[in-house]
Amino acid sequence: MSLKVAIIGFGSVGKGVIKVLSERKDDKFQVVAITDSKGAVLDDKGLDLADVLKKKNNGDLKRVNKSSMDVVKECDYDILVEVTPTDAKTGQPGLSYIIEALKRGKHVVTSNKGPVALKYKELKELAKKNNVQFLFEATVGGSMPVFNLMRGPLAGNEINSIEGIFNGTCNYILTRMASEGLPYDMVLSEAKELGIAEADPTYDVEGIDTALKMVILANSVFGMDVGLDDVDRVGISSVCLEALKLAGEADMVIKLIGEVHPNGEERVLKVSPRLVPKTHPLAVQGTLNAALIRTKLAGDIFVIGKGAGSVETASAILSDMLYIASLQ
Amino acid sequence: MRITMDLELKDIPGQLVKALEPISDAGGNIVSVVHHHEQRTNRGTIPLQVVFEMDDGLGALKEKLESRGIKVVRFNEMRLLERKTVVLVGHIIHSDIRDTIEHIDSTGYAEVVDLSMSMPGISLKSSARIGISATGKAEMKKALKLLRDIAMEKDLLVIEPIGEEA
Repeated sequence: MSLKVAIIGFGSVGKGVIKVLSERKDDKFQVVAITDSKGAVLDDKGLDLADVLKKKNNGDLKRVNKSSMDVVKECDYDILVEVTPTDAKTGQPGLSYIIEALKRGKHVVTSNKGPVALKYKELKELAKKNNVQFLFEATVGGSMPVFNLMRGPLAGNEINSIEGIFNGTCNYILTRMASEGLPYDMVLSEAKELGIAEADPTYDVEGIDTALKMVILANSVFGMDVGLDDVDRVGISSVCLEALKLAGEADMVIKLIGEVHPNGEERVLKVSPRLVPKTHPLAVQGTLNAALIRTKLAGDIFVIGKGAGSVETASAILSDMLYIASLQ
Repeated sequence: MRITMDLELKDIPGQLVKALEPISDAGGNIVSVVHHHEQRTNRGTIPLQVVFEMDDGLGALKEKLESRGIKVVRFNEMRLLERKTVVLVGHIIHSDIRDTIEHIDSTGYAEVVDLSMSMPGISLKSSARIGISATGKAEMKKALKLLRDIAMEKDLLVIEPIGEEA
């Protein structure tokens, strides 16, 4: 029997999920609702995803007048895929959707960092109480497996710490500056033109995005109880070209590194530009993300992959959905 | 203070104890002992490197070791074992780089051993790459903490190396 899926959010990530699901040959999932700010498309028997996607791209998608919250509250589905944009301060509107769905005893899969960073504990408890899953692989490192890796292949390992590059925009900027000898402002403009950086890049370059991910890791992997303000955070906007050159002369690169070490009084919860030897596995180029997971039994494990992108993020969401399907 | 001593032992039984006993007898706290069995000297002796903490009485210790037939090749009060590179960004000259370096050097356990600077223009921020050596990992940690505090006071960005512990 297929699991019924409601997708909230029809932006880049939502489109990726719909594209990926439309190309699947099995009938594990049946998408019964897709919503965005303009309304909803519904079909109890399962939507024709390729058709919906085509119409969305052409701008002639016909929606019914139902809000996302209406769908979350009323619609008959098994899994809520919540892929609305992140609000780091309030977590809304995603947070309300997630709470409502969990209360109804529905599984939730999200790519939205805000709710997970702000309310991890409450949401996890709510999911447990209602005997459903609350999964968020896509929130950290995009396509890069982090939570699933620790739950599956690394299960049985105590995780000592996690550190790495979790923001592709910053990594792109630092890589371009170092390899082309271009100043920060110029590379930032270039990144905006390419769509790698947002028009307002504050969220990325000041390390807020990376810090949110560290909060998610801290709370969910290490059982800490921290928020965005607990992260010791420095972004990359003051990293100048000269600093990169000096690092390069010593065979090093500068990377924006997020790290979480839960170890007692020496607890580290930090985002900062750091020196990384050019030969170190974390010295990845371009928009790539990389994580170093230090474990008790397996030693150091490195994961490298695409940290963003529509289909790449959908891959992480799909892995959570398939995990839920495997439990049925 | 931390002392590193290079000794040479005869290749007969009981020499290691003979060399270490006087150090602990003199109140020395032994941190590390490396017995270079494979690096026998052409005199047929075996090099031994001992690192220990001791406050005074080094001269007397040296005499005692030699009276026992143990050759003291050399001893340093401080041996800089740890090395790290750090990059600073900000108004490094105006905030007195010399003072920053002197702060590190005056700790007694760490010193600035290398300095490269880049100054793009008078009013622009400059960058400096600093090599720091320290007597051990704990001392390096303290030196980096000190540098961080100085940088905060002087409004400099410190770009530290990533951790390397397993």
